Amino acid sequence: MVIDRANALCGAIFVAFGIYFASVSLTMDLGTPFRMGPGFFPLFLAVALMLLGLVIVAQATRVAGEPIGSFALRGMAFILPAPVLFAVTLKDLGFVPSIFLSTLLASFASAKMRLPVALVLAVLMTAFTTLVFVGGLGLPFRLFGPWLGGR
Amino acid sequence: MDLFDNLALGFSVASTVYNLGFCFIGVLLGTLIGVLPGIGPTATIAMLLPITFQIGDPTAALIMLAGIYYGAQYGGSTTAILINLPGESSSAVTAIDGYQMARKGRAGVALATAAIGSFFAGTVSTFLVALLAPPLTAIALQFGAAEYFSLMVLGLISSIALASGSIVKALAMVVLGLLLGLVGTDIYTGTPRFNLGIREYSDGLNFVAVAVGVFGIAEILRNLEDEHERSVAIKKVTSLFPTREDWKRMAAPILRGTALGSALGVLPGGGAILAAFASYTVEKRVARNPDEFGKGAIEGVAGPESANNAGAQTSFIPLLTLGIPANPVMALMIGAMIIQGIVPGPNVATEQPALFWGIIASMWIGNVMLVILNLPLVGLWVKLLTVPYYVLFPIIMGFCAIGIYSVNSNIYDLYSVAFFGLVGYLLVKLRCEPAPLLLGFVLGPLLEENLRRAMILSRGDFSTFVTRPISATLLGIAAVVLIVVLLPSVRRKREEVFVEDE
Repeated sequence: MVIDRANALCGAIFVAFGIYFASVSLTMDLGTPFRMGPGFFPLFLAVALMLLGLVIVAQATRVAGEPIGSFALRGMAFILPAPVLFAVTLKDLGFVPSIFLSTLLASFASAKMRLPVALVLAVLMTAFTTLVFVGGLGLPFRLFGPWLGGR
Repeated sequence: MDLFDNLALGFSVASTVYNLGFCFIGVLLGTLIGVLPGIGPTATIAMLLPITFQIGDPTAALIMLAGIYYGAQYGGSTTAILINLPGESSSAVTAIDGYQMARKGRAGVALATAAIGSFFAGTVSTFLVALLAPPLTAIALQFGAAEYFSLMVLGLISSIALASGSIVKALAMVVLGLLLGLVGTDIYTGTPRFNLGIREYSDGLNFVAVAVGVFGIAEILRNLEDEHERSVAIKKVTSLFPTREDWKRMAAPILRGTALGSALGVLPGGGAILAAFASYTVEKRVARNPDEFGKGAIEGVAGPESANNAGAQTSFIPLLTLGIPANPVMALMIGAMIIQGIVPGPNVATEQPALFWGIIASMWIGNVMLVILNLPLVGLWVKLLTVPYYVLFPIIMGFCAIGIYSVNSNIYDLYSVAFFGLVGYLLVKLRCEPAPLLLGFVLGPLLEENLRRAMILSRGDFSTFVTRPISATLLGIAAVVLIVVLLPSVRRKREEVFVEDE
């Protein structure tokens, strides 16, 4: 039996989302069609999503598709944590160190990046955004947070 | 005459120095980012969206956003012609003959043709928007909850029909988008829903975070999969001006492209893409020299580019009159309007005529600026194409982080962007298109609200959707569209069309 791995995985993801939304919907008031509760419409959609996911899985066993191909693992490892790092450090370290570190982290998503280039890039980025967003547009960021002695 | 009064009002709003300035910044930024390789218009707009929120005035913000849209679209055509890298699927058609023209040393003429075609199409279709918007608004004002529900169903079904790849997957993406749109608080009862117990998500998922994650970050990750050097075929663009022969050859395709694009652009679900493909097919069929297509025929650039731009313009019609997005870019516009405190829909035209007509007038002004900006600056855009990608994306990531945070000052939005970047990338890898998901996400809360309201009005009777004539017609069209795309013969044809897309 051939199995199209991409479609099987894809269908499974949809089913998983469907199960999550359906299970939460069931904990809420469903109401009646006349006065629908908060759970009514989401439950309907979640069941539909699960069914569609199952159809996709079923199709996967019939037709072989192209392989999924390689994932940008290095990219994922450095790109995805960058906004999270910004979120975690913004309050305590302040805007300047936070944007510097996030840009620096994201830089290494490419195998071609070299440390000196990344450092220069992060410094320029920090200077530019500080001037434009905090200085020019007046966004309410603290430049340096309490951990660095800022107020 | 009303039309001219309205247009006059629009131009008086759009041509204040303040609004002209924002229009200019929008067009410039849009082109700048749109030209950068590997970033298409939707991702460009998603990433620049937060900047427009810093502008207090909604009119100026939306004018700038519209400018970004045309700019990004135009930037996409530039990369399609110069390096055979279409920024989005609608300029994929331009790449076929445009790139061949560039290789023959006629890059300047190809770019000029694209600009002239786009400008002409933009002018005609702006007029169409101004002409058609008021009567459609009048019809839309008669719509009740049931009609809105059915209209949104039609919009979502059409977006599936025009998405490439598996229909079942596109349908699943719509449903997932609708569900994600429901995250937050139930408006009728105040019950928190699907927020994982996190209070910061009780206003719903941040639209910008979802859009940037699913489009922007997923696109960056895709580009990082395979970091090859791009070859810029053209180091210098010479002789922008088309010859007399070129003018003669491009005139008819531009006219036909404009007509096709204006008609198809109104269709929900991405008419501009369809218009570009349709125009190319038509030109190839009517041409006296069909063999030249694919080898640098100027008709193959003039037609699709006009169609593309006309479609981009008329896709504002459903947005402005009904508040229904025709494509993911319009979904972004709706998100921007809501954040600016404007409820999209037929009331915008009557309650805020200055905003409504100002945006329409600024479309034309934006097109003028594009021509003025692009032709002399082509040299600069060519230089930008040589900027290595690994320098670009850390900068983009930095701007994204600041932009997303600044929308609501909510650090949880930054966690969402990482999550949706991951989900978006996974789904794209598994051959799912992100556009239907975003459309579903925007329409989710509206769809539920109108469904519930319609059911209360009909006292729980589901037949209200088929007994009211307008609603029944809309649902009927949706059903026909769904059946047609599922027909085996159409399915094969559709796959063929989208193969060229790859």
